[in-house]
Amino acid sequence: MGTLRVPVTPHDHIKGPANAPVTLVEYGDYECPGCGAAHPIVNLVLEHFGPKLRFVFRHFPLTQVHPNAEPAAESAEFAGAHDRFWEMHDGIYENQDNLSPPLLLALARALGLSELELSEALVSEKYAPKIKSDFLGGVRSGVNGTPSFFTNGYQHEGTYAFEDLVLAIERHLHAKASL
Amino acid sequence: MSKVLPAGTLAPSFTLRVTPDQNLSLSDLAGRSVVLAFYPADWSPVCGDQMALYNEVLPEFHKHGAEVLGISVDGAWCHEAFAKDRRLHFPLLADFHPKGAVAKQYGAYREGDGVCERALFVIDRQGVIFWSYCSPIAVNPGADGILDALEKMSKQETSDGHVTSSSHAA
Repeated sequence: MGTLRVPVTPHDHIKGPANAPVTLVEYGDYECPGCGAAHPIVNLVLEHFGPKLRFVFRHFPLTQVHPNAEPAAESAEFAGAHDRFWEMHDGIYENQDNLSPPLLLALARALGLSELELSEALVSEKYAPKIKSDFLGGVRSGVNGTPSFFTNGYQHEGTYAFEDLVLAIERHLHAKASL
Repeated sequence: MSKVLPAGTLAPSFTLRVTPDQNLSLSDLAGRSVVLAFYPADWSPVCGDQMALYNEVLPEFHKHGAEVLGISVDGAWCHEAFAKDRRLHFPLLADFHPKGAVAKQYGAYREGDGVCERALFVIDRQGVIFWSYCSPIAVNPGADGILDALEKMSKQETSDGHVTSSSHAA
């Protein structure tokens, strides 16, 4: 299995403390049903480990089979440019069944962001290079579908079930504790 | 797992149906590099599907001047429906009759299951296998191995080019 070839940097979307002993990176697609199912699980895992875990989300849209995945990712980046990435991220996954351009605009409006500015950003593909860069970094790290997880740089081979993710993270915590 | 043809082997030639009324031969792509991706079957679940992934990575493959060909024992009509559904922008070859004949030549046929392995071949401009890899049948091998091989191949071609030009100068 792969290792993460693109290290986590401040350009990433990061939840949790910088000095957390374990970093969980997800490559996800906003229209992928598996990613939608993993979303609440990831939140439970974050809650479970508290300050011992930080979470990074990177985009991996399969644009040809998921026509809303790219605009959704660009909308999340747009919100990120206004410091509202995670609110948009949660909003998209929580409303995945209704994912559409109008939903993205409505989510932006609910966050107090300009729908017009978002529309313009989508038309001009302002955030497309960032999505592409996330995607290619994922490909080079061995991401073969979504959702794909890395724990401290190692590709997670188990499922995204709560127990599997917890086990993988605990292994890293124990490895650090025994140093 | 099958023993696939290793690097350094001349890639066996083939002519297969690429649409219900068209054939494609490896020799049609002479002078270009080719990524030949054997896979077990059309219609695997989308988010982890190997062909859907290669479809997204296609611009990167093209940057290296490589053509991508998917190949399975599914028939041309099945491929057509699958490619349309997944909006694939590269050809799928039907190793359908005699079933798996090309896969067998590449050492990428699973006799017991009657399907192709998940086997990858990067073939250089001279038609020689530059890199090959056989993945466990249930594991989508991703695209990192292919991109690493294409990069390495480009570098070697560049350095070979330098050797040629310097020998001309001498």
